[in-house]
Amino acid sequence: MRFSGYERANGSVGTRNYVGIISTVVCANEVAIDIANKVKGTVYFTHQQGCCQTPVDIKRVTDTLIGLGNNPNLHSVLLVSLGCESVDIDEVQKQIAQTGKKVESIIIQEIGGAARSISSGTLKAQEMVRDASKQKSEWHPIDKLVLGLKCGSSDTTSGLAPNPALGVASDILVEKGGTSIFGEVTEIIGAEHIMAKHAANEKVEKKIYELVNRMENRAKSVGADIRGGQPTGGNIKGGLTTIEEKSLGAIAKAGNAKIQAVYEYGKKPDRKGLVMMDSPGREPELLTGLASAGATVIVFTTGRGAPQGFPFVPVIKVTGNKNTMNKLSDHMDLDVSPVIRGEETIKEAGKRIFSEIIDVASGKLTKAEISGYTKAMDIYTIGPVI
Amino acid sequence: MKIDALLINSKDNVATALRDIDANESVTVGENKKKKSISVKEKIPFGHKFATKTIKKDGNIYKYGEIIGKATKSIPEGYYAHIHNIESLRGRGDLERKLK
Repeated sequence: MRFSGYERANGSVGTRNYVGIISTVVCANEVAIDIANKVKGTVYFTHQQGCCQTPVDIKRVTDTLIGLGNNPNLHSVLLVSLGCESVDIDEVQKQIAQTGKKVESIIIQEIGGAARSISSGTLKAQEMVRDASKQKSEWHPIDKLVLGLKCGSSDTTSGLAPNPALGVASDILVEKGGTSIFGEVTEIIGAEHIMAKHAANEKVEKKIYELVNRMENRAKSVGADIRGGQPTGGNIKGGLTTIEEKSLGAIAKAGNAKIQAVYEYGKKPDRKGLVMMDSPGREPELLTGLASAGATVIVFTTGRGAPQGFPFVPVIKVTGNKNTMNKLSDHMDLDVSPVIRGEETIKEAGKRIFSEIIDVASGKLTKAEISGYTKAMDIYTIGPVI
Repeated sequence: MKIDALLINSKDNVATALRDIDANESVTVGENKKKKSISVKEKIPFGHKFATKTIKKDGNIYKYGEIIGKATKSIPEGYYAHIHNIESLRGRGDLERKLK
């Protein structure tokens, strides 16, 4: 089985072929957006980070920007910097260029303001798109696919249909040699003893407990009950009572494959199969983390109807709630509510999700891409803004 | 026979409503091939839970065969089970603050 994608110089294969306009600091976002809006075939990545943070977070932001630039869905990259930020733009440029990708940069304070930077960046981006447009998609083996898993705006249907069905789809991809990444560590709290049973070895098992403890301690450090934040107000309206209940439904999306390794936020896995990545559950940070880790297609299950997509990784929405499917039909790609009604098995629904993954990886547009609801992005940082 | 609510694991003491259930309705709760009838005492919205047996105060709440929290007051069979009578055992920074 194969999918139609774009091979990059380092052998990775993208499902899309964009020129990425990446802002290196919150203060350069406007220029990045303006350039991307002027040039067809580009996408922009903006965020709220990159300066006045602790060294731990500056490294986190730098590494994540490198990861995003390396994502195979980007043919080439234009970095947009203000010039005085803490992020080391030379390092970002050097590391992305190492993949063999074309990387250029513009520095607003050196060029002389926004207007000149937008003009210069637009001209550079136009040439990059011209170059990117020459690349044709070709058929590649399925083991080149990197799938990201996500659930959001969950209700009690999430744990009954879409999450276990996504688990089936993830297992099929892993069995065929592909890579599947899950994060959302907050939504393992209360289910870590089950997740740990899926660890491929003791080291992985230990790391799963470590990450969950770290996340729970962060939540507890503010001295309040996690409920209301997790599960969210919407989750509670959807019938989810505690974080434990939410977690037990959420972990089903990782399927039955063994967890091969556990990584820090945004880090590219150095092996195939099912892997776990540190991340909170919130959409902008999680989707960005998956993209930085190299996910080229994401499946996002939802109960109450989460519309978010990501700028350069297609996000497939799957719901098991018929009301949501009807009400948010312009956002939901797949309906697995027949599972809830006993009209379809979880395995059958899982196969449908897998088939959609292959179609979308090969160019079929998701509803988020068509509607342009693709701006859920930010970098997960751990320390204060200083 | 169609089921109105789902019991996921035989250890569970709460069932998930698969449709909006009215107060004082007798409903069919399904668990795999097994089915049983329960008289539901309160209105239960779609996707929400009710006790399938009486749960004592401080008793564990089971769903998926796992503990999802504990009862803050007694929940008699057929009554609505949600945040008004169940608390989480995890992420409780509020409890740790009280201990300090």
